[in-house]
Amino acid sequence: MTVRKLREWCIERVIFMSGITSIVIVILIFIFLLKEGLAILGHVGIFQFLFGANWYPISDPPQFGAFPLILGSVLVTLGAAAISVPLGVASALYIAEIAPKKTKEILKAGIELLAAIPSVVIGFIGMVTLGPVIKLIFGLPTGLTALTGSITLAFMAMPTIVSIAEDAITAVPRQYREAAAAMGATTWQTTWRVIAYAARPGMLAAVMLGIGRVIGETMAVMMVTGNAALIPHSILQPVRTLTATIAAEMGETVQGGDHYAALFAIGIVLFVITFAINGVAELYLHRTTRR
Amino acid sequence: MSTHIAVRDLCLYYGRNCVLKDLSLEIQRNEIFTIIGPANSGKSSFLQTLNRLNELHAEFRKTGSVTLGAEDIDTIDVEQLRARVGIVFALPFPLPLSIFDNITYGPRMHGIRQKTQMTDLVERSLREAYLWDEVKDRLHHPAMNLSGGQQQRLCIARVLAGQPEVILFDEPTSGLDPISTARVEETMMVLRGRYTIVLVTNNVAQAARVGTRTAFFLMGEMVEVGDTKDVFTRPSDSRTDEYVTGKFG
Repeated sequence: MTVRKLREWCIERVIFMSGITSIVIVILIFIFLLKEGLAILGHVGIFQFLFGANWYPISDPPQFGAFPLILGSVLVTLGAAAISVPLGVASALYIAEIAPKKTKEILKAGIELLAAIPSVVIGFIGMVTLGPVIKLIFGLPTGLTALTGSITLAFMAMPTIVSIAEDAITAVPRQYREAAAAMGATTWQTTWRVIAYAARPGMLAAVMLGIGRVIGETMAVMMVTGNAALIPHSILQPVRTLTATIAAEMGETVQGGDHYAALFAIGIVLFVITFAINGVAELYLHRTTRR
Repeated sequence: MSTHIAVRDLCLYYGRNCVLKDLSLEIQRNEIFTIIGPANSGKSSFLQTLNRLNELHAEFRKTGSVTLGAEDIDTIDVEQLRARVGIVFALPFPLPLSIFDNITYGPRMHGIRQKTQMTDLVERSLREAYLWDEVKDRLHHPAMNLSGGQQQRLCIARVLAGQPEVILFDEPTSGLDPISTARVEETMMVLRGRYTIVLVTNNVAQAARVGTRTAFFLMGEMVEVGDTKDVFTRPSDSRTDEYVTGKFG
């Protein structure tokens, strides 16, 4: 009896530990970021750091204004969302509601494959094929722009958006479809006004996760956006994102130095942005399910 | 009395499985035609054939013909047909919208837009479905907050708002308590004479209470059809007798 009890106790503890692992790690990461990055924020000033227009980390004296980087990330992300959200939602609706069974299987497999392509490969393809096309179409000095980054990232966000939105749509009770059809709704009217409406919370979660992926993406975006840490005036200029800055500069910093700390401060900014996005999605999800 | 729905040599299949064989019958205008029978007798499949709702199943196939008035239902535009032949399901399934929007959903899809027309329509349909007094002060609350019986009457109001000629009831009270059942039956009695009603029910007593004529289905065949009184008091087939007296089913 005591052996059984002991076993139960052990198993419970192990499961409990596994359960809290991820939250513990998140907390540790955040603490580490704060520890490494806070000093520079105090040193430069939070306002100066967030809204300073110049990012010259290795000039003398160095300037740490992350505003161009924040704008770069925001611009690329908004562009990617503008492309991937309508495309992803429409494609999820098609796969879940309209496509015949065989087409559906093929499309789903294709989308999973898209998710499996390493980001460096997507970045490479974006750099050598999409860049020149954009350069040609808009007559630009360089094809590596925020727009190129947006298009590349849109295709990286698509698999997340499509597969999660598709699950949400499939989970809508069959009776809604029958009820709408019984009232004389056409397939499209049913799909748009009833199914999509009922699947809203899940679709929002899909969009948020897709956007989260875009903001955090580093490799592809570093390869296609041109990496100029300047305040962009249009989507057709090169930009540099927060993530690309960390990846590109971390190798050349002195551990414990100002530049090093500034990169951690950028990490904090990224963390806060993704946290805010997830938080908003979570709030909205709970609001709609409670009703 | 005139024939409203005429069914000739109807056979229904799901894949290779035949669920209804060689059915021919006529349903009169403005009667309550009840169909009784145990599970898997093909009665719900028959009902959903009348507004072509089982065409939503990819495997469904039918032979034979069904005419509504003078038209073959296969020649009527399917969205129009479903507005003319409304259906109330076993479980009330309000759409995740307000009470008001649930009722106006169908008419709006068919192009009615004016606000005043909508308000009138909502009130008239809810009154007809005996629900108006219970919900008139909270038309814009979510329909999901209503009780089961109220939800079912909302679904009836929703059908009425489409101004149908025929209303199909597919075991409309199987998920309801006795009091809500009584309310829904009252509603059907009120509607009798204005709409042709086809009621499929597991509840034999209900068929006896509200029906004008009754058919008994068993394993994909119609065993007997006649005036409700006759079917219940002196059935011509011994299987009908055993079913209505509760010996099986």
